[in-house]
Amino acid sequence: MTDLRTAFFEECEELLETLSDGLASLEDGADDSETVNSIFRAVHSIKGSAGAFGLDALAEFSHIFENVLDLLRDGELTVDEDLMQLLYASGDHLSYLVESANGGVEVEPGRAAALIADLRRTANADSAEADDEKSGDVSAEDVAAIDAFEPINLDLGLPDLGSIGADDPAPSDGPPKYTIRFAPKDELFETGHDPVLIFRALRALGPVEVTADLADLPAFGEIEWDRPYLSWTLTLETEAGRDGIEAVFDFVSDLCDLEIVPVLPPSATEPVEPPTDGGETPDDSGPGNADEGTGNTPAAASSETSMEEHSAESPKPSAKKADGHSPKAARDTIRVELERVDRLVNIVGELVISEAMLRQAMSDSAMSAHGPAANAMGQLRQLSGELQESVMAIRAQPVRGLFQRMSRIVREVTRETGKNARMVTEGEATEVDKTVIERLVDPLTHMIRNASDHGLEMPDRREAAGKKPVGTVTLSAAHRSGRVIIELRDDGAGINRPKVRELAITKGLIAAGDELSDTEIDNLLFAPGFSTSEKVSNLSGRGVGMDVVRSEIQALGGRVSIASEWGKGTVFSISLPLTLAVLEGMIVEVAGEKIVVPTTTLRETVRASEAAMHCLGDSERVLSMRDGLVPIVDLGESLGFRGRVSDFSDQSLLLIETDTGQRTALAVDRVYDQREVVIKGLEQNYRQVPGIAAATILGDGRIALIADTDQFTSTGPGTAAASASASGDLFDDFSDFGV
Amino acid sequence: MSDVMEQTSTGLREIVSFTINGQGFCIDIGHVLEIRGWTPTTKLPHAPEYVTGLMNLRGTVLPVIDLSMRLGLGQSEPNPRHVIIIVKLGDSTVGFLVEAVSDILTVRPEEMKPTPDVASNQTKDFIEGVFARDDQLLRALDLKSIMPAGQGAI
Repeated sequence: MTDLRTAFFEECEELLETLSDGLASLEDGADDSETVNSIFRAVHSIKGSAGAFGLDALAEFSHIFENVLDLLRDGELTVDEDLMQLLYASGDHLSYLVESANGGVEVEPGRAAALIADLRRTANADSAEADDEKSGDVSAEDVAAIDAFEPINLDLGLPDLGSIGADDPAPSDGPPKYTIRFAPKDELFETGHDPVLIFRALRALGPVEVTADLADLPAFGEIEWDRPYLSWTLTLETEAGRDGIEAVFDFVSDLCDLEIVPVLPPSATEPVEPPTDGGETPDDSGPGNADEGTGNTPAAASSETSMEEHSAESPKPSAKKADGHSPKAARDTIRVELERVDRLVNIVGELVISEAMLRQAMSDSAMSAHGPAANAMGQLRQLSGELQESVMAIRAQPVRGLFQRMSRIVREVTRETGKNARMVTEGEATEVDKTVIERLVDPLTHMIRNASDHGLEMPDRREAAGKKPVGTVTLSAAHRSGRVIIELRDDGAGINRPKVRELAITKGLIAAGDELSDTEIDNLLFAPGFSTSEKVSNLSGRGVGMDVVRSEIQALGGRVSIASEWGKGTVFSISLPLTLAVLEGMIVEVAGEKIVVPTTTLRETVRASEAAMHCLGDSERVLSMRDGLVPIVDLGESLGFRGRVSDFSDQSLLLIETDTGQRTALAVDRVYDQREVVIKGLEQNYRQVPGIAAATILGDGRIALIADTDQFTSTGPGTAAASASASGDLFDDFSDFGV
Repeated sequence: MSDVMEQTSTGLREIVSFTINGQGFCIDIGHVLEIRGWTPTTKLPHAPEYVTGLMNLRGTVLPVIDLSMRLGLGQSEPNPRHVIIIVKLGDSTVGFLVEAVSDILTVRPEEMKPTPDVASNQTKDFIEGVFARDDQLLRALDLKSIMPAGQGAI
């Protein structure tokens, strides 16, 4: 049962994603039937499974939601802004219900009362003409009423069998009718099929009347228990066409005698052959189909609506078949426990290390570099590399789900603050390691809250500034040179630098006389203990500040930078490694220890003896480059491995540049080669070390530390090294930014 | 500590005894994953003096703690005769650098005597009691105080 539940929630996650996707494209104007159908199916599937798991709140809400979607599907509701908001709010609430069902958390009562009322009103306003005396008790009646009013392809699954097809006021007005004769053979029952289930499936296509034919039933004494004697005659009204009906009988077509005959309405104005034709070619939405729709409904609806409706319906039988009635339909994905993948990733990591150790051992021994062993080694190396890549690819996931979560947060903030904002996402298909995605949720949530709560102005202020009243928060993802760049852009007011500066002085982060560049001021937002919002708002002040955001991103091997233009908005860029498991690095030696410097920030390597170095002040040194002076930092000294080196001439300088453009020359004793290393975290068994991102295992089995180059480049106040060492009290500070 | 200690059904405890700077110490065998010969470690920046460095245990990166230094008995000069006891405590795994592992003993819990209140030195803070065996005193280490608050606080 727990397994099933887990599977259910996994599936829910996917369905909610589909739902969210669908809503987004609906908002973008993709008002086609497939989009609406996909939304409907997602909600419907959640409803079905929720019912099965006894999650009543979830089932009930999705049912109400589904009713509105159903009307939308039938073209009885049109997409406008109000409806979109209602749909989004419902989608969000559905996600919330799924989450709380999953976490076992009690749903706050009354949270959705207004929403449900809205949904009911929307649903009822439309079907009011059919039936006015609707009790509050949901939609069995609603749907039945709608059914009577205009029969549709609704996969009901509701216990209201009695009401169906009982009284169809004007048969000639409805969709085409079919008479189905169904006589099961022995095998049908032997293989476990049940006619009742088939009839229920037919009911989903439209009102159906079932008559059992008892003529073949022998006298009681002569009945053989395993022989079928019953056959049935069914009358079905449906738009699904012959194919749609046959699809229902798909699994039993060889196990029964089946006869499907279209019933011509007595009042048919033209010779109607089309029902069968139209039914047989449902994809061909040509005039033949329209004929079928319009020809049979001369009076009830305007021909225009039914044409639309018909073309909307035609792709459905096949979709239904795939979704509802053949669960065995092939899926090209499998679910695998993350733990298994991780074990595989670890083993492959070990394999790569062992391979490197073997290679080193061979080159140390007197083995020929061109012998068969060396060739085999080359092959092994290539294969293990490919293996590693493939395994990493398993863990990669598109950022779509993450982005959708963020859309919800933007909507939440807009609801609570009265600001008007919409979220635009770009590059949702970009794939990132699953763990990275998971660990991005918190920092990104915080940043999105900040952007929409503090970044965007109130509508009136926006208009006063000559901007559209609706603010835009853009979240984009893209692959760039082996890393993933996630950008969060808002078109709000931008950072109020004088105010930030003033605050930093009050908080003692900088001295009053300090000269700071714009970038440095912007980066103050990341300093621990910084907050420009005078009162901590309910939304953004949740106990984490931008310093925590930064350290969380740094823990992922990422960097976050900030750019802002006063009056135009702010851009946060997060640059992340594709995977947490490997990294391309330069192996260097400092004070007898081997250190790996990630190549992502490495720009150039210079021999100190050939470089133009200058002394600055007491013992500071700078490197003179074509375009300015770069401070030199001795890696060994800043890691505390040795004291101050007075003579750099034997050393090599690694010029590194961060995402924000800050440059530093790292002085090292020796530069070895560049290679890919497997990242081994230090946090599990030890702790974060200032200046060190992680560790790796070299070819000889020794451990080498991976330098966190960003921490050597920061200048000015609130340096990274300081924030890293202050990680103990990270959660004491708020550091929202604002205007 | 005793709640973490594994007790056999007869109430007996198994302990691993080892020597640091000529003194006898012991820890509960339940915490010991394995015992390895000494290998050079990788120096860690900004680490306390008693953290010797990092070692590679079949692909896992572990910190190695110089118990002698930690207990205030002076820094070890590790040589190939030294051993590293791999210890699991909570979620983290660490290596303890010691001079030599002597024995595995079975003791009764009530044999443990409270630490005599003689010296108020650093060693005493890390000991939960002592066992007397064959004229030798085995100081039972309190692993929690050696690695306070689990990970991140070594």
